[in-house]
Amino acid sequence: MNRSIFISSGFHILLVIITAMSLPFLSKKPIDLPPIVSVELIQITDQTNIPFAPKAKKIIEKVKKKEKEKLVSEQAPPKKVKKEKPDAVPLPDKKIEKVEKIENKKQNPEKIDNEVKQVSEFEKKELFDPNNIAALIDKSKEEIAESTNKLDKVTQDQDKTIKLGGLSLSEEDALKAQIFGCWSIPLGLPYSDNYIVRIKLKLKPDGSVIKSEILDHARMNKPGQKFFKVLAESALRAIKLCSPLRVPTTGYERWKELQLNFDAREMLQG
Amino acid sequence: MKSIYILILLFLIPIKAFALIEVDITRGNLSPLPIAVSPLSTDKESKKNFEVLLKKKDIGSAISSVVENNLKQTGLFNTLSKDAFLQKPNIAHLKPRFEDWSLIKAQALITGKVTIVNEKLRVEFRLWDVLAGKEMMALAFTTVPTNWRRVGHIITDKVYERLTGEKGYFDTRIIYVAEEGPKTNRVKKLAIMDQDGFNNKYLTLGNELVLTPRFNPTNQMVTYLSYFRNLPRVYLLDIETGVQEVVGDFPGMTFAPRFSPDGKKIIMSFAMDGNSEIYTMDLENRVVEKITNHPSIDTSPSYSPDGKFICFNSDRSGYQQIYVMKSDGTNVKRISFGKGLYGTPVWSPRGDLIAFTKLHKGKFYIGVMRVDGTGERLLTENFYQEAPSWSPNGRVLIFYRETKTNSEGEGFSAKLWSIDLTGYNERQVPTETDASDPSWSSLLSN
Repeated sequence: MNRSIFISSGFHILLVIITAMSLPFLSKKPIDLPPIVSVELIQITDQTNIPFAPKAKKIIEKVKKKEKEKLVSEQAPPKKVKKEKPDAVPLPDKKIEKVEKIENKKQNPEKIDNEVKQVSEFEKKELFDPNNIAALIDKSKEEIAESTNKLDKVTQDQDKTIKLGGLSLSEEDALKAQIFGCWSIPLGLPYSDNYIVRIKLKLKPDGSVIKSEILDHARMNKPGQKFFKVLAESALRAIKLCSPLRVPTTGYERWKELQLNFDAREMLQG
Repeated sequence: MKSIYILILLFLIPIKAFALIEVDITRGNLSPLPIAVSPLSTDKESKKNFEVLLKKKDIGSAISSVVENNLKQTGLFNTLSKDAFLQKPNIAHLKPRFEDWSLIKAQALITGKVTIVNEKLRVEFRLWDVLAGKEMMALAFTTVPTNWRRVGHIITDKVYERLTGEKGYFDTRIIYVAEEGPKTNRVKKLAIMDQDGFNNKYLTLGNELVLTPRFNPTNQMVTYLSYFRNLPRVYLLDIETGVQEVVGDFPGMTFAPRFSPDGKKIIMSFAMDGNSEIYTMDLENRVVEKITNHPSIDTSPSYSPDGKFICFNSDRSGYQQIYVMKSDGTNVKRISFGKGLYGTPVWSPRGDLIAFTKLHKGKFYIGVMRVDGTGERLLTENFYQEAPSWSPNGRVLIFYRETKTNSEGEGFSAKLWSIDLTGYNERQVPTETDASDPSWSSLLSN
């Protein structure tokens, strides 16, 4: 019994030793890892994401090219000027020549300018100070952002008017201005607080009038309401004369029915 | 029960609805209304008859010219040139081609037809709204052929009333003092004419000095002042019959007799014991009643249209100003407070305004103010002008103006002028001779 226990344990120990010896990491040298270096993560799209200002990218490329050219051309002229510089004071004629010559020498940089002239004012500025391109791109982005904000604001206002069912101020002004021109106020009318004619219109999408209805129609034929009748008829004539009305190009649903209140009090009061 | 559920469900369904948009139109243009007056059409047979009766080749055109001229004078209408008309009068009267008339910018159109029926003139006319494409009015008149001008005036009155809402003033007459000769020996005759200056007639011979003729507001009677043997006399004249009667002889200076609104009384001023006061005279029993009693000079009285008030001018404040009082002479109130002297106040037939003459810094003005004295507006200014008289609708004033006949200031000429309440439509009223003291009649055809 003891003998068998000894043999079993001996074999087990042997097995463990063989297994331990056969593992790979036990035989390899440790990996020489480089020291950990901290890296600061910077958002670079703000400066390099050119699609926001595609023109600017082209300009940067152009400027880089021109900078190389400039380096060449700027190095050369000073030498030439030195060579041609006369020692004595030039005569008036010679002076003119000199000026002309200097002008000729300046042709190279001017040529660059000429090319630049083809681009916008915004781009010109960038050329003069290429280092600020990033800042300019930022500006352009800001401008775009502002303009989009503005657009958003306008559309928000319009949304409001649409929700309220009214016309915007400019739309209302356009309509008023048109009818002002068409409405011949009867000149003989006496002033009265009571002369306001309300007319309800049904309009086509192009602004032409399908139907016009005087809301106080019953008053037209009442005795003692001659002036009201005359005013109402003049208002109807104005609508006929102005048709088609200057209505907004969009939002037909909100203005397909419209009420015009013809109020001559201000004009009659003088 | 089901229907209740359906109703509740219907309420819960969101419906996209817009509030009705309202736009206030507070301004327009104040240009005159463009109107086309088509010549009244006449058939061949009627034309021949008119040539024999009236010695007029085209009576239709003649009547339409009267209408056109009247409308033009108002300043409220722009009568379009006949040369631009595309449709013939006879066809236009049956059914106007509105496109043709709107093409020449006409907003209203008058068409008509003239015929002779039993030796009487028959005139049909229609007023059309060109833009609405509908008839606004259609009327016919029958009268003696010689009355053709009056027919033109009546048509104008009807058109004017339909398009402006207020009564017209075209079928009316003006009585005035026709003047001839040098200023030192002036011959003054009573004359009457249509409001447009036609059909002028002299009612007196010019032997006596006549002054201040005034129409009765209710009929065609005239009261005026005449000097008989250097004594002022107030006369009544019936224009239809030509009968004239003396109302009374009055002492001293008598001024401006004027009818009460009901035509039963005459109101005037005359000087008794050296003091000028306002009196009324009942035309039935000739009883004279003193209205004012003040040591100052009170003259030029004029009744309000309802007869309850009288406006007059007085110098009781030291300067000649306008006052208003009750018709019994109580509750006297001064209403003019501006600089200068105010005179000849006349109450408007509408009752809302008082017209007056104002003298300030050597210039004469014709103006209007509200009956409480507010809203004074001077309509016209000149070297010498006075005596405003209202048209029956209270929209136009007629007055007379004296001007120098040449640039060196020699001689003088007196003419009648009219001006409307806007102050922009001032026109000379044509008269055969010099003229002064005009008075406008009420409408002949009511």
